[in-house]
Amino acid sequence: MSFSFFRFGVAAAFLLATLGAAHADNITVAYEDGGKYFTEDDIPTFQIDEDGTVDWPTYSGFRRYHSECHVCHGPEGEGSSYAPALKKSAIEMDYYAFVDVVVNGRKKVDASHNSVMPAFGDNPNVMCYLNDIYVYLKARGMDAVARGRPRKKEPKSDQIREEENACLGF
Amino acid sequence: MRKILLGAAAALLASTGMSMANDSVMSGTKNPNGWVIQTGDYANTRHSTLSQINRDNVGDLQVAWSFSTGVLRGHEGSPLVVGDTMYVHTPFPNIVYALDLNNYGAIKWKYEPKQDPDVIPVMCCDTVNRGLAFANGMVFLHQADTTVVALDAKSGQVRWSVVNGDPSKGETNTATVLPVKDKVIVGISGGEFGVQSHVTAYNIETGERVWRAYSMGPDDQILMDPKKTTHLGKPVGKDSGLNTWEGDQWKIGGGATWGWYSYDPDADLFYYGTGNPSTWNPAQRPGDNRWSMTIMARDPDDGMAKWVYQMTPHDEWDYDGINEMILTDQEIDGKMRKLLTHFDRNGFGYTLDRITGELLVAEKYDPAVNWATHVEMDKSSDQYGRPQVVSKYSTEQNGEDVNTTGVCPAALGTKDQQPAAYSPRTELFYVPTNHVCMDYEPFRVSYTAGQPYVGATLSMYPAPNSHGGMGNFIAWDGKKGEIVWSIPEQFSVWSGALSTDGDVVFYGTLEGFLKAVDAKTGEELYKFKTPSGIIGNVMTYAHDGKQYVAVLSGVGGWAGIGLAAGLTNPNDGLGAVGGYAALSNYTALGGQLTVFKLPD
Ligand code: HEC
Repeated sequence: MSFSFFRFGVAAAFLLATLGAAHADNITVAYEDGGKYFTEDDIPTFQIDEDGTVDWPTYSGFRRYHSECHVCHGPEGEGSSYAPALKKSAIEMDYYAFVDVVVNGRKKVDASHNSVMPAFGDNPNVMCYLNDIYVYLKARGMDAVARGRPRKKEPKSDQIREEENACLGF
Repeated sequence: MRKILLGAAAALLASTGMSMANDSVMSGTKNPNGWVIQTGDYANTRHSTLSQINRDNVGDLQVAWSFSTGVLRGHEGSPLVVGDTMYVHTPFPNIVYALDLNNYGAIKWKYEPKQDPDVIPVMCCDTVNRGLAFANGMVFLHQADTTVVALDAKSGQVRWSVVNGDPSKGETNTATVLPVKDKVIVGISGGEFGVQSHVTAYNIETGERVWRAYSMGPDDQILMDPKKTTHLGKPVGKDSGLNTWEGDQWKIGGGATWGWYSYDPDADLFYYGTGNPSTWNPAQRPGDNRWSMTIMARDPDDGMAKWVYQMTPHDEWDYDGINEMILTDQEIDGKMRKLLTHFDRNGFGYTLDRITGELLVAEKYDPAVNWATHVEMDKSSDQYGRPQVVSKYSTEQNGEDVNTTGVCPAALGTKDQQPAAYSPRTELFYVPTNHVCMDYEPFRVSYTAGQPYVGATLSMYPAPNSHGGMGNFIAWDGKKGEIVWSIPEQFSVWSGALSTDGDVVFYGTLEGFLKAVDAKTGEELYKFKTPSGIIGNVMTYAHDGKQYVAVLSGVGGWAGIGLAAGLTNPNDGLGAVGGYAALSNYTALGGQLTVFKLPD
């Protein structure tokens, strides 16, 4: 398996984590890097124009969420009879905690629960798009994008395309 | 009356030296007081000859007793009744309770398997289980982790157990089993994990594996004879499960077998359907992808296929073909025919000759169905038996990374596993349906063993320009291929139907109502709101001369996930957001059995 998300995804995340000091504002865009947007603390975030145009990662996150997470967490991060509403989790949880649950999974199994979040750490279809899914859910949680498919999107940048191919090993 | 019937059954059992599940199941299903397999009978009719509860008095139904299963997840399937005992199963962890009908369901014994919780998230869409089967004094459970267990019906002791699959590769189970002859036949789930799916027979007394038939692969794996096994009357030919795939794609080909199984003892054939080819991105698997999406007729002794019919070659919409095959004997053009009727996820109701596999009827059982204009019925056409796909709705023709909009039905199908019933009195099928459409965008995915292998983004919404609800409960004439009446429902109807000689048809709703309607007209005669949404199947039995109707509630399954927050139509624009009902406003989790009776 030749995908290398560990290089630019998770490893980067944990590296960043060590920089410490969570900034209060987890939403506002501080800078752009090749079509991707970040907060002052280098946390991925969404960028939505007044006319509703969403950044590419948010759009990509919509697609990947509904391919990989929807079957348990329900449409558009709304939650289901089976798993929590991730549009809330993405706001309430720290980015690193969010990533950690997706990479390693989490279990709540006792007399009254049989709740298991699978580990996606070795699944390139999730890991290569985890930041996209995260920013999409954050945008949902802030009501910055409505339910349904975002209508207008920024084009996919060359940088994003290159990183995607490198991650998937194509 | 009841004593005599039971006595006869016992005599029958005793007289057959060899233990044939057939005898046990057939005597059990002929005795209307019990309910010994999930489908009611081998023919999967879900029809009972009990008539104490009937059209005139069903409005007086009341709750006799109820039982909490102690499990929260989606409760599919139904209890069984054998003599004085009711057997109730639960979703994961797959507890089995034996309840005493002489004592308001007091617990005679309880069996709770130990299963690795890692199996939970591998089961796509909730941890449902569609129930137990009884034969030869044993209760058969097929657990989530694919362990098949034979329990002594009296004591709950394990007689044998065998492991059918490997959850770490994505193989799990949600289905019931089919006890037939000296075997127990079982299927497997994992279509969304790229499992090369199969059907397997185990010896009913020992659990020893007898044969296994894959859905795709070389002829010796799919148990087809290139010359003798037929598809629409013609031999399937050599390597049919290989040459309709590109390269090694068949090894992760899907075609899961998690639906219902029926059996015709005269023809000595059993019938089931196979699921979608994986992935959901059709561009990644060129070819017809045989034998996914196929109705199979096999010999229970050696598993060899007699005939097959692929309904949706090269699936582009996740229209799993696993729904039940209902066997009826009906007159067509003055001749008695042995028929098989199947309501497919793809929205077509098929009627075939179950002996030869000849296709007789293929008509839409929801007028909303639009992905194909029709199924070609002209035998001389090279398209014979194939759905005629509308280009606009073809996710293959529109290509990867293109969102195909307005496809009806949605991936959950015009009907999912929730089984229909058939009444020989009205010659009508009673079908719980979904009335939901979708947008579908396929894209490239890579395969990792044990990880989901999906490759499409879906959004679903109630069928446009209709009643706004997400379901219908319909009566269907299988000979003509016509809807006779249709009851609109706010949510998909995800509960298996029951019909009776009382000319009443029962079904449950996702809000939690048990409903009884007139078998002839569909007129509503009774409803009662149970504690949670119903995705279980309604069953009936008699005890001490009194008829009861029972159903499991406990919302969940794909319905609980997809509909909990309500659906939105992305094409309706922002104004419509939140315009559709959210199931979570009507019901919450919780497994409970509710048993109904007429007032004493
Ligand atoms: C097989 C079902 C399943 C799938 C698929 C799934 N999840 Fe989960 N997830 C769960 C369950 C169940 C929980 C709750 C676990 C618990 O109770 O601890 C959960 C919890 C989580 C949490 C923690 C939420 C919180 O508020 O604590 C995150 C984050 C999460 N999932 C992200 C994802 C993402 C992102 C995806 C898609 C890539 C995904 N999940 C796919 C079942 C699933």
